Amino acid sequence: MMGWLPVALLAVPLTGAILLLLAPHALRHVIRTYGVVVSGVTFALSVLLAATFDHGAAARMQFEVDRPWIPGLGLRFHLGVDGISLPLVVLTALLTFLCFVYLCWRGGRSPDQLMGDKPRELVFTLLVLEVGMVGTFLALDLLLFFVFFEIVLIPMYFLIGTWGGKGRRAASIKFILYTLLGSVVMLLGLLIIWAQTGTLDIEALSASHGAGMSRSVQILAFVAIGVGLAVKTPMWPVHTWLPDAHTEAPTVGSVLLAGVLLKMGTYGFARIAIPVLPEGAIAVAPWLGAFAVVGIVYGALACLAQRDLKRLIAYSSIGHMGFVLLGFATLTPVGVNGALFANVAHGLITGLLFFLAGAIKVRYPGSDMPSMGGGLLATMPRLGSVLTFASIASLGLPGLAGFWGEMLALYGAFQPADVLPRGLFLTYMVIGGLGAVLTAAYFVLMLSRVTHGRPRAEQPRDESAPADDRLVRAAPDERPVVPLRSPHSVRALLGPPPSRAELTADIQGHELVAWTPLVVLILLFGLWPGLLLSLTTPPVLTLLGALP
Amino acid sequence: MIQQIDYFVIAPSLVLALVAGLVLLLDAFLPARPRTQTGLGLVTLAGVLLSLGFVVAQAVRGGPALSTFCVPPGTSPCSYVVDRFTLAFAGLVLVAAVVVVLLSMTELAGGGIPVGEWHFLLLCTLVGAVTLPASRDLVMLVVALELVSLPVFALTALKRYDGRASEAAVKLFVVSVVSTAIMLFGVSLLYGVTGSVYLSRLSAVLAGQAPPPGLPADALPAVVTVGVVLVVAGFAFKIAAVPFHSWAADVYQGAPVPVAALLSVISKAAGFAGLILVLVSGLSGQAGTWAPIMGILAALTMTAGNLLALRQRSAVRLLAWSSVAQSGYILAPLAAGTAEAAGASTAYLIIYAAMNLGAFAVVMLVSRVSARNELDDYRGLAFRRPAAGIALAFCLICLAGLPPGLAGLFAKVFVFREIVAAGSGWLALVMAVNTVIGLYYYALWTARLFAPATGAAAPAGRHVATSLAVGLALAAAVLFSVAPQLVLDMTLLSATG
Repeated sequence: MMGWLPVALLAVPLTGAILLLLAPHALRHVIRTYGVVVSGVTFALSVLLAATFDHGAAARMQFEVDRPWIPGLGLRFHLGVDGISLPLVVLTALLTFLCFVYLCWRGGRSPDQLMGDKPRELVFTLLVLEVGMVGTFLALDLLLFFVFFEIVLIPMYFLIGTWGGKGRRAASIKFILYTLLGSVVMLLGLLIIWAQTGTLDIEALSASHGAGMSRSVQILAFVAIGVGLAVKTPMWPVHTWLPDAHTEAPTVGSVLLAGVLLKMGTYGFARIAIPVLPEGAIAVAPWLGAFAVVGIVYGALACLAQRDLKRLIAYSSIGHMGFVLLGFATLTPVGVNGALFANVAHGLITGLLFFLAGAIKVRYPGSDMPSMGGGLLATMPRLGSVLTFASIASLGLPGLAGFWGEMLALYGAFQPADVLPRGLFLTYMVIGGLGAVLTAAYFVLMLSRVTHGRPRAEQPRDESAPADDRLVRAAPDERPVVPLRSPHSVRALLGPPPSRAELTADIQGHELVAWTPLVVLILLFGLWPGLLLSLTTPPVLTLLGALP
Repeated sequence: MIQQIDYFVIAPSLVLALVAGLVLLLDAFLPARPRTQTGLGLVTLAGVLLSLGFVVAQAVRGGPALSTFCVPPGTSPCSYVVDRFTLAFAGLVLVAAVVVVLLSMTELAGGGIPVGEWHFLLLCTLVGAVTLPASRDLVMLVVALELVSLPVFALTALKRYDGRASEAAVKLFVVSVVSTAIMLFGVSLLYGVTGSVYLSRLSAVLAGQAPPPGLPADALPAVVTVGVVLVVAGFAFKIAAVPFHSWAADVYQGAPVPVAALLSVISKAAGFAGLILVLVSGLSGQAGTWAPIMGILAALTMTAGNLLALRQRSAVRLLAWSSVAQSGYILAPLAAGTAEAAGASTAYLIIYAAMNLGAFAVVMLVSRVSARNELDDYRGLAFRRPAAGIALAFCLICLAGLPPGLAGLFAKVFVFREIVAAGSGWLALVMAVNTVIGLYYYALWTARLFAPATGAAAPAGRHVATSLAVGLALAAAVLFSVAPQLVLDMTLLSATG
């Protein structure tokens, strides 16, 4: 009935991008409004999608479109939305829209905003990226899913490689090679499924719960698909592209990378790997859980050692994604629900955190924490407050969005599916819980370095090492040593001194507009988790139907 | 016995041959003025288009396969058959020829190359390339393949007093002659065993359906295997497959850019057409022998091509090695040993032709401005000449096989699908890794297009013909991206004739 809606969600950003390619000069003067309007219309469509979605039947695919595209390949243009994909579609449209708002608000001339370098190309890249991201969550055909999964690679490569920081070239090439290797292996897994069952339709495949595939084929396909998804997620030990990509990416790139791109990997587990290959999932789940908890602990420990704010948030993503994977590995409705919840919550919270890191990077050249010197709450109280809020949301304070997902994932590990070894998963739960404590530790430590303490500029010389700063100084420093006695030379080393107004400016208009919705949603989902869980529970129960 | 010749069937080759003669005459009798040069180019173009028109007419006609040169007349076996396989390859060759002729018009405008000879030789190559996919006997296959190869040596060497060009021509000549000799040896062995040069008879004998002369039906001598291997080796030279690949880079670099484009698309398509015909039509009974060889050959070819491309600084050399790697991808489905799989090879070849010609056309444009044609000359191309830059970026991403270059992605999916369905998991993994290696150099080149330019940019001339060529290749690549089914329709089960 409303089949045009998913198509429109893809067509609007795509048309926007193509128009930009065809008539670059006509749109030059309205480029800021243009980006905001196109992504705004997409977001409005996604809100319309959520509003007209039949919440009573969240397990059913709705708004379906099913047209043959390449009959020779059995590839159909099959789109649809259910309770699992709906939140992610809205999240994608929202984050893209907020990125455009952030880039374009009020002239867009701040250093982190649109008008700095090649604005048209940036708008084009982001719109193509949006097509790929939304399409991945809408696709109901294995190959179509793969096509959309791949679409994001090139725009992200250019986003990092063109608008990124100093090491952008290496980071962008590492990103694209790593993720392509993963997705080619995933393609092989998808083709194994196709060769065995003769269909590419995700709905039909998940309804048949792996019928027609022997156990060994399922395991093989699950491993192949899992590798591809794990690279994107990223799962330890194939995560190494992520910190570099995040550190070098521009703010909006980091936000979309953490907020949406990582979700494509985890979404693949919920949409394809687990429902289509249930026996493979049972066989591989203990391994998946093991990698997940290693990721949780590894991410937390790596965070403790970071000096760079963006790198710290990147490693924290690895930890959070570990919780998501642990939730999937339990193969229980509770665990999978928790994973899907943590997925969305991580998108909101880490999106906000990367926005904040970008804002701090503008104010303090380099996001190196020790050289910032702390005292953010004193110099920029609002920015400091939002950073504190986002950090405690990320460490999983009850009442905020970050809590429920991780709690449910751990609870799922407490009582995993009957076919899984319970003792092993109890161990995972304990290790995961330990990781949660470590997560709290590094966020508190980060806050103590950045927001607390006295601001460096007003710091008397002999009190240059307050007690809460000690760990920072203990961290290995590879830079040439700057004499601590002359705070001015620190600035000189780090680049041209920013103007007084710029340094002291608290949250600015574009930042406020972009961040407020995220803050509101984090609070909303934290206080009312049922809003999201009621959407995901019915489809999860259906998808897990085949499991004993 | 009087041979009845169906002239409609052979019209595409015939038109090309007649126009080749016409061009030579016109060149001899018209005064040598710049206008004449353009005129000769246009006559060539018209000839190619007319020939393409006949191919389209044959395709539209539908019905059963057309055939002529049959012995005895009116029945099989026939030497010249026009079926969907033939039409797909002839169409591919002629559309590619339009692009190559357009590129040559720019190349020839630079002077230093005799125009009439150039067009004559080009048309001769095309006659061979159009005849080859229609050939259904070994002798005609060899003759057509030589007709494709011989004029290319001369074309390569036409840039007189150029050391690199002469070196390239000699290399190409030696390699080609050796490969022909090897292939002829293989052909003679096969003929000796089966007593026939017709592919259909060959197939019947080798599949055990008919007795080899002087032997019981199921007693094929071991020398058949030697024959198969030698024939495969001969074709491997033509398509620059490992271990017969080392000539590619030097020849591509030494030859004028249009000739390099011709070598990488038309000559390669002819080689693959012959290979697929011989293997799938003639030697289908021996698939157990050649399918594993094809798998190993494919894996080695794509790996060697990609690894060698990694370190190249010259655009043409990079494209040369990348086209070796792409040959590997085209070979890969043949490891499945079936006609359907060969259809995937053809599909990949058609898509590859579009994207590779697009890349060569832009390289041609840049070669007019910077003679050395190194990758660093492409910095900022997307800002100096947005159309050319974006076209090249699209073609490179297509070659890498990533969206938005969907054509390349689907081409790879076709191939992967056949390999996975045939159960050659190891080959699929090798190809997966190779796709990633390939992406490295394609992505770096693409990124250069959008990097800020260093140094002063030379003024960009206007080359209408080459711009047309870019547009044509790009349009084909975009069309195949949106509707890859077109390619599948052209190639589905096409190799069964």
